Amino acid sequence: MKSKLKLSNLYLTLVFVIIYLPIAYLIFYSFNTGDTMDRFTGFSMKHYATLLSDTRMISIVLNTVVIALLSALLATVIGTLGALWINQLKQRTMKNAVLSVNNVLMVSPDVIIGASFLILFSFLGFKLGFTSVLLSHIAFSIPIVVLMVLPKINEMPKTMLDAAYDLGATKWQTLSRVILPSITPGIFAGYFMAFTYSLDDFAVTFFVTGNGFSTLSIEIYSRARQGVDLEVNALSTLMFLVSLLLVVGYYLLEKYGHTRKINRNKMMKGPNAQ
Amino acid sequence: MGTQKKSFFVIPYLLWIALFVVAPMALIVYQSLFDITGHFTLGNYTDYLESATYLKMTFNSVWYAFLITMVTLVISYPTAYLLNQLKNKRLWLLLIILPTWINLLLKTYAFIGLFSQNGSVNDFLRFVGAGSHQILFTDFSFIFVASYIEIPFMILPIFNALDEINPSLVNASRDLGANTWQTFRRVIAPLTMPGVKSGFQAVFIPSLSLFMITRLIGGNRVITLGTAIEEHFLVTQNWGMGSTIGVILIIAMFVVMFLTRERKGKGGQSR
Repeated sequence: MKSKLKLSNLYLTLVFVIIYLPIAYLIFYSFNTGDTMDRFTGFSMKHYATLLSDTRMISIVLNTVVIALLSALLATVIGTLGALWINQLKQRTMKNAVLSVNNVLMVSPDVIIGASFLILFSFLGFKLGFTSVLLSHIAFSIPIVVLMVLPKINEMPKTMLDAAYDLGATKWQTLSRVILPSITPGIFAGYFMAFTYSLDDFAVTFFVTGNGFSTLSIEIYSRARQGVDLEVNALSTLMFLVSLLLVVGYYLLEKYGHTRKINRNKMMKGPNAQ
Repeated sequence: MGTQKKSFFVIPYLLWIALFVVAPMALIVYQSLFDITGHFTLGNYTDYLESATYLKMTFNSVWYAFLITMVTLVISYPTAYLLNQLKNKRLWLLLIILPTWINLLLKTYAFIGLFSQNGSVNDFLRFVGAGSHQILFTDFSFIFVASYIEIPFMILPIFNALDEINPSLVNASRDLGANTWQTFRRVIAPLTMPGVKSGFQAVFIPSLSLFMITRLIGGNRVITLGTAIEEHFLVTQNWGMGSTIGVILIIAMFVVMFLTRERKGKGGQSR
């Protein structure tokens, strides 16, 4: 039994090492004084200095962040409205049909999404660049927002809505005072997912970005094709830290949403107990 | 509840469905019916079906996607199983998922360094006396890196399936005299099949359409359907043929989803 336990721990350790080794490797060599990922010749921050003085890279980082923030925001608004609409559909077949259509972009391979959006933009005579990338990112983020928000709407007790209407609330008041506050965790989760989808995307952007506009993934791709460049390592270290912060933020948010739910349940149980 | 006001709010969402879900899919089929000079023809499909190169490429792409999926499954199943027995399993699972939040390009780029002629893996091989090898731009490196990237998407659904198993089922099986292997084969394995299936979907379909890793790591030795589409669209500008391969990829996707569909009405979650 003991040797079995050890073997299983060894296996898990190995898996974790393999998963994290490449990332650790990138971060380690970002502090190299040399210019390759072959030999570590000494500690230096010079690649970070190069990165910070690289105005082209900084503007690309800004582009990427602006696209991610904007596309996630718009996708969250559209997706939440979509989820509210899907929820109030009466017919089950209709509901399922809309949900399947909603999920088409979730299951489609990136290349298909990219290629078909490229055809769409050229068909409409749309100029490729910032707007086409932004629209594409909004488009592929909407379904995930719907999927994150919809369960929260379903979780909501029907009696709460009835209570709101009984107490004389208008539709708008019910939406803004009752529905939206109780589905906020889902909306935030949707926004986070949309944000990371956008930051992470390479394939779709690769198709719909023209010559003038570039995001981080595209830039890293073109640099990686030319070989190793430790400025990319420095960048990846910073991006790793950002992802870590995002994950911790997301984790805390989930917890916060959870405790809120518990509090709500307590509140609802309170009067009953009396 | 369906009043005029409500339908006004839903316009953006319906517009999205029309413009970015229905229209692109229709357009890719439409585009596949035109040749490079813009003439309406079924030629792309006949070309595709008659060309040994295209058929071989498709076969190769499916084969490599299958290999990648199998490698990920073989590594992921024991990992998910063992993770599920740990104390803080949610935290460990989070650590498995964490790398998926790191940009795909960066992970791929790391392997260019690791696998290069003077990279760390070759240093290690020389150190243990195995000599240096060409690792980058081989089939091995392609499958390794693709599996590396897909592993979390396989672990997650299997982990969830294992997590949902009622422990009393396992206890019952033990009480009835089954040994560990029998319990696994007769109880745990069948109950985790939905998880394995959604993992299969989540890995196989993206593996068919990989195109960046084939360039950076595979050195264009392996041409997947994804690479072929990308080249037709962005390099040779033959959108008709690119769309035709796209339609083939969509068909392949439906076949995979049909083969791995859930037969019972029980809901499982992927990704």
